[in-house]
Amino acid sequence: MYDVAVIGCGIIGANVANLLSRCDLRLVVLEKENDVSMGTTRANSAIIHAGYDPEPGTDMARLNVRGNELTRKQCEAYHVSYKQIGSLVLAFDEADEKTVEKLYANGCANGVPGLKILSREEVLKMEPNLSPEVRTALYAPSAGIVAPWELCFALAEAAVKNGCEMRFNSPVEKIEVIEGGYRLTTPTGSVDAKVVVNAAGVEADQVTGLVAAPSFTTQPNKGEYYLLDKSQGETVHHVIFQCPNKDGKGVLVSPTVHGNLIVGPNASPCERGDTATTPEGMAFVRKMAVKSVPGVSFRDNIRNFAGVRANSTASDFVIEETKPGFITLGAIKSPGLSSAPAIAEDALKLIGRTLVLKEKPEYVDSREVTVFRHLTPEQKAEAVRKNPLYGRVICRCETVTEGEIVDALHGVLPPHTIDGVKRRCNAGMGRCQGGFCGPRVHEIIARELGMDPKDVLKDKAGSVIIIGETKGGTL
Amino acid sequence: MTKIYDVIIIGGGPAGLAAAEAAYNNGAKDVLILERDQTLGGILNQCIHNGFGLHYFKEELSGPEYAGRFIELVNKTNVEVQTDTMVLDITPEREIHAVNGQKGYQILKSRSIVLCMGCRERTRGAISIPGTRPAGVFTAGAAQRYVNIEGYQVGKRVVILGSGDIGLIMARRMTLEGAKVLACVEVMPYSGGLTRNIVQCLHDFNIPLYLSHTVTKIEGEGRVERVTVQEVDANRNPIPGTEMIFDCDTLLLSVGLIPENELTRAAGIQIDRRTNGPVVYENMETSMPGVFAAGNVVHVHDLVDYVTAEAQKAGAAAAKYAIAGEPEPSRHITVKNGNAVTYTVPSCIRMENIDKSAEILFRVNRVCGASVIQVMSGETRIAGFKRERLAPGEMEKIILPRVLLDKAGEEITIAIEEA
Amino acid sequence: MAEIICITCPKGCHLTVDEKTLEVRGNSCPRGEEYGRNELTHPVRMITSTVKLEGGRFRRLPVKTSQSVPKEKMFEVVRSLDGIVVHSPVHVGDIIVKDVCGTGADIIATRDL
Repeated sequence: MYDVAVIGCGIIGANVANLLSRCDLRLVVLEKENDVSMGTTRANSAIIHAGYDPEPGTDMARLNVRGNELTRKQCEAYHVSYKQIGSLVLAFDEADEKTVEKLYANGCANGVPGLKILSREEVLKMEPNLSPEVRTALYAPSAGIVAPWELCFALAEAAVKNGCEMRFNSPVEKIEVIEGGYRLTTPTGSVDAKVVVNAAGVEADQVTGLVAAPSFTTQPNKGEYYLLDKSQGETVHHVIFQCPNKDGKGVLVSPTVHGNLIVGPNASPCERGDTATTPEGMAFVRKMAVKSVPGVSFRDNIRNFAGVRANSTASDFVIEETKPGFITLGAIKSPGLSSAPAIAEDALKLIGRTLVLKEKPEYVDSREVTVFRHLTPEQKAEAVRKNPLYGRVICRCETVTEGEIVDALHGVLPPHTIDGVKRRCNAGMGRCQGGFCGPRVHEIIARELGMDPKDVLKDKAGSVIIIGETKGGTL
Repeated sequence: MTKIYDVIIIGGGPAGLAAAEAAYNNGAKDVLILERDQTLGGILNQCIHNGFGLHYFKEELSGPEYAGRFIELVNKTNVEVQTDTMVLDITPEREIHAVNGQKGYQILKSRSIVLCMGCRERTRGAISIPGTRPAGVFTAGAAQRYVNIEGYQVGKRVVILGSGDIGLIMARRMTLEGAKVLACVEVMPYSGGLTRNIVQCLHDFNIPLYLSHTVTKIEGEGRVERVTVQEVDANRNPIPGTEMIFDCDTLLLSVGLIPENELTRAAGIQIDRRTNGPVVYENMETSMPGVFAAGNVVHVHDLVDYVTAEAQKAGAAAAKYAIAGEPEPSRHITVKNGNAVTYTVPSCIRMENIDKSAEILFRVNRVCGASVIQVMSGETRIAGFKRERLAPGEMEKIILPRVLLDKAGEEITIAIEEA
Repeated sequence: MAEIICITCPKGCHLTVDEKTLEVRGNSCPRGEEYGRNELTHPVRMITSTVKLEGGRFRRLPVKTSQSVPKEKMFEVVRSLDGIVVHSPVHVGDIIVKDVCGTGADIIATRDL
């Protein structure tokens, strides 16, 4: 019997597994998809919020501010792309100015450091490409940008190095109460565990529903985005928000850690798993974005995507022991990413009611990774001397080498798909969107993992790329 | 002492090969080609269809054959070649930072440089097609590589968006390999590819071409399951009620090419927003002295034969620069695009480099019937060239003799006057 | 009068061909005249494709027909290449298949591999 089974390996599950893996426990993570970071974690604004949005006194407020600080430390330890660039909430009329003042007061009450209300002149000096219509802005220097999937992967990888088991393609279909714990049934077999942590994201209410009546219902909400070419990455230098409304934080314009410009999201109710972009959603994003930054160059778009947020009937995050030893981490909508490490700390307290959590004398809580493009010329020369594969650039847009891809493929949590390589190494993330490197990454995956090329998928199950050989060949 | 090359050529496709050969034959002794792929020849290697070389070799060759002829020519010279080598940076001092597995990280010095990096395909993102993001959406060139080089089938039921030449060629190629191509869809009211390709790639196989239509939705979770095609109005907005649904597993995109100028931009070389390529002078020199550019990195060509000609010009000029440096400046003539002309290459003519005549290449922005290409200097017409038909899919070329240029002022405009 | 677009070169001349006399108009070269006449009597096409390659840098070798073949034999010719395996090294112009499908054309390599 496992001590703990974590359901779901998005940013919440990965954080929980990461913390638990430092303790002397038998752990398993059950992920329904074929890789980590496959739900909300991979398709969102990628912002680490400062924490002025949530109402003071809520879990959200406390966990966002704490999570902001913890995320920064994690990114340092795990060498994950992160930049603390600060955020601005723009006010365009009197009502907005009141909102900005309220957010300032919220933030102060929540303990957000360094908040300031800027005058029109100050904000335009900081960001000359903003609309001249701006009147005031709330400046939050602690806001940051991150690569969420990279962080999720780094945390999960460390957990695996610390002995956590990871089972993919394992959606939990049935939960039974057994003596001393729970039995979880998945298509890849059943798992018995003393404690279950439900970190199933948008599906968290359904998973809890397998064992008890959930206290909330997820109301999936879609957000659509534009990702613009790196040539546009300097359009703004902070996360640019508009004043929040009932649907969320509104359309933002922000640089990404990779140097692109992200624009979005809208907010529209959707079915679970519906990540299709729509003409209406994209038009809305375009219309709203130019209100903040009139010169956004949508002609330089390289990708549209949509993510589904776990909005719900609950006003706050749901962090509860639903039944003894069954912990629900649900309704994790924005600022869920920013709060994730702090949510995991709360989860551990709840787990501690059932299990004795004793830290192991030694565990992994860092990561060494060669990112060729970040090296100095001298370091690059040295890297190629040690391993000639670092001298072969596969993804020309993002300068990703074969060495980095091979490293990932022989790591403890290897990708099996083109997009899995993309999330770990950045290959295919750039302006040609894998047009050039896709076939080469395909070949490298098949070669290194000994896979039949036709079994190498693009992304989720069923995303077959090649269907056979030409000339009557057999694969 | 670090070796100083006379000419370093970045890219070993058709432009790079011709530039290298021309540089060598115009007196450059130390010439080096840096090629990022494993072999020379560039994208021609996957263009296994015929139709190349009619102008240059006066015979019809396949892509690999055309490339092969130039590879052979280069092999006969002392031009050095490094394949599998990626250029990471060009510094303002004209140092080239490059990396490969064998030689490691190199900082190379050269008297002159020719940029021949070619172009890349526009992607789904560039045209923001709504819907899901399944496997089975390929740029035509990526599919071409899978099919022709790797020997894989990428789909059974195919819709092609865009009537660019690569898309048309792939329609035929996939049909002959056993796939069913259901439609070719073009957002513009005219085809983007050569007429002969419409005939031999679509008509020959009864593949319908829908002009003024576009793909407005992609469906499918793992793999593409269907796409929606809609007619568009004059502003290219989809017209409600014209939806056609195609059950298919593959969507090929042939929606345009973009010169690949990341290195150029990073080096601080001036870019022409009309072409997305570097601004070039009459001899293909860029805004950075001693750095030249040729082929699809400057502007997207329709025929490789013209790439060859342009690259030979650049290679010869690079050799001349390496040997003799920049000539004394004299009079400059700015070249502007007028009515119905999208851009011109070059955008400035320096008379000190003009011997007998100057060539001007351009494209039109719409289909024009019988027309005159007017060359104006202010209110004065200095030359006119008659054409039966002009189309955006085809590059146009005019040659202006020096005697006419001597009559021009500081600026000339190329404009189309329809009959 | 049949209206045909010439595919002999990128120019794409619009030809008119008299069905009876086979007189061709609108061509700007002799090849166009030949093409126009052929289209009405026995249309022919060049075929390019690949065959399996072993021991080479890549798994496929590009090939073409040495001359145009009857249009209606296109699929037959391409299908006849299934299962053919050639071994590296191969040179441009090497004959891979002689007289493919009785068309009189050979299948020849178009790349050194």
